[in-house]
Amino acid sequence: MHTIALIVENRPGVLVRIAGLFSRRGFNIDSLTVGSTDNPDYARMTITVDGDEVVLEQVTKQLNKLVNVIRVSELLSSESVERELAIIKVAARKEDRSEIMQIVSVFRAKIIDVSPRSLIVEVTGSDDKVEAMVRLLRQFGIKEMARTGKVSMVRGTKAMVP
Amino acid sequence: MGKMTGAQAILESLKLEGVETIFGLPGGVLLPLYDAIYESDIRHILVRHEQAAAHAADGYARATGRVGVCLATSGPGATNLVTGIATAYMDSVPMVAMTGQVPTSLIGKDAFQEADITGITIPVTKHSYLVKDAKDIPRIFREAFYIARTGRPGPVLIDLPRDVTVDELEFDYPEIHLPGYNPNLKVHSLQIKRAAAALMEAERPVIYVGGGVKYSDGHRELLQLAERIKAPVTTTLMGIGCFPEDHPLSLGMLGMHGTKYANYAIQEADLILAVGARFDDRVTGKVASFAPQAKIIHVDVDPAEIGKNVRVDIPVVGDAKSALAELAKAVGEKPWGTWYEKVAGWKGDYPLCYSTEGETIKPQCVLETICRLCPDAVIVTEVGQNQMWAAQFFTHKDPRHFISSGGLGTMGYGFPAAIGAKLGCPEKEVFDIAGDGSFQMNIQELATAVVNDVAVKVIILNNGVLGMVRQWQDLFYEKRFSNTTLYRVPDFVKVAEAYGALGLRAEKPSELEGVLLEAIESEVMTVVDVVISPDEKVSPMVPAGASLSEILELESADPAAQTPRSYAGPSVSEILELEG
Repeated sequence: MHTIALIVENRPGVLVRIAGLFSRRGFNIDSLTVGSTDNPDYARMTITVDGDEVVLEQVTKQLNKLVNVIRVSELLSSESVERELAIIKVAARKEDRSEIMQIVSVFRAKIIDVSPRSLIVEVTGSDDKVEAMVRLLRQFGIKEMARTGKVSMVRGTKAMVP
Repeated sequence: MGKMTGAQAILESLKLEGVETIFGLPGGVLLPLYDAIYESDIRHILVRHEQAAAHAADGYARATGRVGVCLATSGPGATNLVTGIATAYMDSVPMVAMTGQVPTSLIGKDAFQEADITGITIPVTKHSYLVKDAKDIPRIFREAFYIARTGRPGPVLIDLPRDVTVDELEFDYPEIHLPGYNPNLKVHSLQIKRAAAALMEAERPVIYVGGGVKYSDGHRELLQLAERIKAPVTTTLMGIGCFPEDHPLSLGMLGMHGTKYANYAIQEADLILAVGARFDDRVTGKVASFAPQAKIIHVDVDPAEIGKNVRVDIPVVGDAKSALAELAKAVGEKPWGTWYEKVAGWKGDYPLCYSTEGETIKPQCVLETICRLCPDAVIVTEVGQNQMWAAQFFTHKDPRHFISSGGLGTMGYGFPAAIGAKLGCPEKEVFDIAGDGSFQMNIQELATAVVNDVAVKVIILNNGVLGMVRQWQDLFYEKRFSNTTLYRVPDFVKVAEAYGALGLRAEKPSELEGVLLEAIESEVMTVVDVVISPDEKVSPMVPAGASLSEILELESADPAAQTPRSYAGPSVSEILELEG
């Protein structure tokens, strides 16, 4: 799995071009996030792609060819910080509540909504951490889940800017 | 420059880009733009079907090296351009396609003649624009032409809602600012050094040339490099004309219907220098066994092509012409050697040939005769057998003189492209080498040619069938000729006459030369119906999925009755004698 960060022009149609490129060339997107940057003219995307080095090279080169794509960079997990946020609605019977809250506390997650039969848990971290949390909560019954997909940034002073 | 309407700004932008001719067909949302065209200096060629507008712009671009421009209305007009845009995209042809669009207020409402043409064409354009504000017109046009013609050229689409062509703007042609678009033209000197060293070391080098050399005008540099290192040169269909085929180092075309000697040379080579070519499946055959002994140097202006289909040992990103010039400077002069002798031997042993037995006209002979009578002609082709015979049996010597839909393989391309080529190069003789199937796909453009006095010479190699598909049915589907028979309908001479063109026919070998001469001397749009056998095949052939070494001769006739087209080329001693 490879993580690619993109700086793209913040215009209508850019997402379609990028998503279309992936499907057309047969690349598999595992997750894709888009958000604004400090400069309103540009947006930042983080895409995780499944495939070997050859696929990664083609993905990078093809993305670079798109006129609206300003920067493309592979982010190695060893050199970057990676975060994903998930909110999970988990079934919470009376007898399970304290155990769920213990897990939440161990993961430094938060409970952001409480109702008689369920809780909504917010967890932030690497995808491994989110994955582990999801696995543990599954035993109580996950009713609904929303994940943001990964965002990532290289450690240190080096910055990826337009 | 003062205030003007969007339509006037479009025409002003075209003028600033040096556009003289555009191809199009009007429609409702284009009324304001066509009204401005009415009093403009730009030559507008009215086609009879929008697909032809795109192909004509493409043919114009390939023949002249300039950006071809086409125009169609919203909805069906725009979708009719798609095949032509895709054709240009696959063969990297610089083109700007303008489409009308419903007013911005109606976009997304399924309005009359609305189609999301920017969405539809994303996969087949280099870039595209939907103009939302009239004041963006100058910037967008400037960017579009710049993107279309630079780097690896390609089609750019501009979608023009009706209201932006009516709204007023202050015209200002701004500087280009495209932070996300930086074509890599300058070659890396270290990579050139590595490539030159590999070329000097190689004992059996082959230069494999594609359309990139043509688009960068690198044919002189190619000749210089090949002659310095005595490397044989083979071209793809797109690269035809970049290296003179009567040169001792020429191997002609390679691949599925390439020459045996080009394919053998590739398979025996210890080094392949690929320039502006993309290792297409029609070229490589079974890719795992392509050039098994060779190191590969790949020069391409598009970095994404390098390593896409084959592993590359020495990548060189940059413009083909400058790379070839740098390489020619960096290599030393090599002597003629045993590799040349071996290749020349193959050329002598396995020439392109065909049987001259029988009473029917041979299509190969048609091409050879045209070549003899009119060696400087621009040869445009349709797609299929006609295309391959035109590639094989006309001796191509000049770049931009062979125009064919290679990547997309678009039947119906040739005739409108020939009209575009002739309008771009009126002083040249332009032939469309056609099949009866392909020609019928844009036959309506006879009207365009006749009305605009475009004297294209269409040579229909009329076998009454969809020949290339039939050839495969014959070879691989037990002669079950499913839906490939066209029954020699219509009578093309009468069709030509109905449109006001000159119609000629040759049925016997003895009539061929006279009829072709009459066509060449004709100063009007001319259609020549040449009756050939449906069983004539394109040979040699690498079966699909086979390696280039497995190239087959399909002509079963007695070799003694065959006419070899190519000659073995002089021996090394003869060359040394010639060189003094």
